[in-house]
Amino acid sequence: MLVMATILFGLFTSCKNEIPEKKYASSMDIPATVEMVATLTSPPNVPPPTGKRLAKKLIVDMEILEQEGEMTNGVKYVYWTFGGTVPGSFIRTKVGDEVEFHLKNHPDNKLPHNIDLHAVTGPGGGAESSFVAPGHEKVFSFKVLNPGLYVYHCATAPVGMHIANGMYGLILVEPEEGLPDVDKEYYIMQGDFYTKGANGERGLQPFDMQKAVDEKADYVVFNGKVGALTGDNAITANVGETVRLYLGNGGPNLVSSFHVIGEIFDKVHVEGGSIINENVQTTLIPAGGAAIVEFKVEVPGTFILVDHSIFRAFNKGALGMLKVQGDENEAVYSGELRDDIYLPEGGGIQKMPVTGEIPESEIPAKSMAERMEFGKQTYMQTCFACHQAEGQGIPNAFPPLAKSDYLNADVNRAIDIVLHGKTGEITVNGEKYNSVMTAQTLSDDEVANVLTYVYNSWGNKKTEVTPAMVKKVRNK
Amino acid sequence: METYGKTIAVLACVLIFQTIHSQVDMVQIKGGTYIPLYGVDSTAVTIDDFSMDVYPVTNVEYLEFVRKFPQWQKSMVKRLFADGNYLAGWENDESLGDALAPNAPITNISWFAAKKYCECQDKRLPTVDEWEYAAMADENMADARKKESYNQKILDWYEAPKTFDKKIGSTFKNYWGVYDLHGLVWEWTMDFNSVLISGESRKDVDKDSNLFCGSAAVGASDLMNYAAFMRYAFRGSMKANYSIKNLGFRCAKDGIKI
Repeated sequence: MLVMATILFGLFTSCKNEIPEKKYASSMDIPATVEMVATLTSPPNVPPPTGKRLAKKLIVDMEILEQEGEMTNGVKYVYWTFGGTVPGSFIRTKVGDEVEFHLKNHPDNKLPHNIDLHAVTGPGGGAESSFVAPGHEKVFSFKVLNPGLYVYHCATAPVGMHIANGMYGLILVEPEEGLPDVDKEYYIMQGDFYTKGANGERGLQPFDMQKAVDEKADYVVFNGKVGALTGDNAITANVGETVRLYLGNGGPNLVSSFHVIGEIFDKVHVEGGSIINENVQTTLIPAGGAAIVEFKVEVPGTFILVDHSIFRAFNKGALGMLKVQGDENEAVYSGELRDDIYLPEGGGIQKMPVTGEIPESEIPAKSMAERMEFGKQTYMQTCFACHQAEGQGIPNAFPPLAKSDYLNADVNRAIDIVLHGKTGEITVNGEKYNSVMTAQTLSDDEVANVLTYVYNSWGNKKTEVTPAMVKKVRNK
Repeated sequence: METYGKTIAVLACVLIFQTIHSQVDMVQIKGGTYIPLYGVDSTAVTIDDFSMDVYPVTNVEYLEFVRKFPQWQKSMVKRLFADGNYLAGWENDESLGDALAPNAPITNISWFAAKKYCECQDKRLPTVDEWEYAAMADENMADARKKESYNQKILDWYEAPKTFDKKIGSTFKNYWGVYDLHGLVWEWTMDFNSVLISGESRKDVDKDSNLFCGSAAVGASDLMNYAAFMRYAFRGSMKANYSIKNLGFRCAKDGIKI
């Protein structure tokens, strides 16, 4: 009664006395009456901000899928997922929300699963009430009490294996007033993977329990696979924009030293909590932990996201890209080296890999058949766009490789062009072409594979190019 | 009274359906003492001699059963005994349709149905201990649990999607002469939920609880036996009226000579 009276009194007198907005002493008291279905997003996307909306009863629908995916070229892996992706769908809530969680285990799945959300205050973080057999759905609800960025994961026995197969994701709890506006928001989560075969070994790779126990990861990746955030999958921003990254680390074992090459984090919500650190180069994200980082991008270019435990980045896959477009700002950074870093034909910094292709080159082809197979993969990645699927090229722009007199005339010249690029006029099958082919960052093996593929396809003269031949040209 | 009822039920099966085709292939499994996954030395379990079906029960065998016992047909079964997924995928009450291979294991079957099927063959479901005891054998050894390759083989199966439509006998014959304990489907056991794990694997460290799971697996007899952890976890997620696409069954019998 007394409370009612106070509120009424407050309402009637608010005009004159400018009583501040109603605040609750505890997030437990925030009412959540209206129902709303939560928007869930696949990485690297995040749902729209909760803004100024009031707390709601939030329905979260999440489906568990066990499905085969590709870790990197030719390496298959059976992922266990929340929502069909690794990491699982991003859940965005606000303090005071009452989340009604529907966990659905697809009938084709082999195993029971559950979910432990670190944002839950309650036994097992929800794991206790969400243990669900294949073909069933469990429903439980919880109130989000503490703002922050939290990991969720499966906690069914054997817990480590469920996490190692990709069963983790992030749930954001925004404070009552919401987070400050930014221009771009992204969802990135690191995880370590353990396969029976070594890094890069092709085929369907089973999970290796012993390597997981020994913490000897074959892959350390962002968003579930090598290359999930590179090339066409890179995240983007424009010069002058503020970028906020929601970062998680699913583990199961390794902690992450998250770093963006060429950026300084203006703000870091340390461990996803309320402490804000400023001007940070590298932030530590524990396994089963998170962080929010924010920075403004002042200059254009490609900024590389890495785990600064650096062999993981260049040898195990923990590498992503943020591509920033816009006008140069030479006061901040002289543009001179900008392109050189990523276009290896220029400048002196030729060795810096721009994608996770390194593991690929470590697998030598063991037979002519393999050389053809690997060569085709490289062709489709590197040459296809200009020279086209059947080597037919593009008239007046890119010369054909099919039945090409120019190609067939001189194998060493062909190797040289792949290694060092070619500019200027050439005549192929009677047609003149004048365009630029950039030098390719390929290993000797890869050059041998791709040229063998080209020479043994589309009516060419069936030369087999060996790594030794490539080496000879490279060292000339 | 209960015994009386049971006798009548069994009798009913026998009297009316003497002609029902039953899986004739059973093998005798010599009893012994073993320490289950969840046990310590003091919890060794002694198994009496028993017989076990060589293969899981197949689609076509179960089809024959429901033809004789209409109360177990897809549209007739009581919801108390089988949930909505019961015999999912069957064309109708008396036909499998083209999607299901006749000689693949029957799945989407509830515990009640599996139990009744076995009773009508004058058999019963195996206990968890019997099943685990028989399933710890590989091709050559009665207890292969320490063999890394054996565990890996089982784990590989757990990660292979959609194995339920393979034919019976397509995996290996184990030491006892039993096929397909690993590699096709999970199997119901008589007391599938007697080893309780709650949904929260890491909490099951209480003194009250038999099974120690996941990261808190300190009490398990073999820390590397993750494959068995997954079986116990699976059983723990079940209720008797559930019907699941990856779950079938086979029958057993007390240790009489066959």
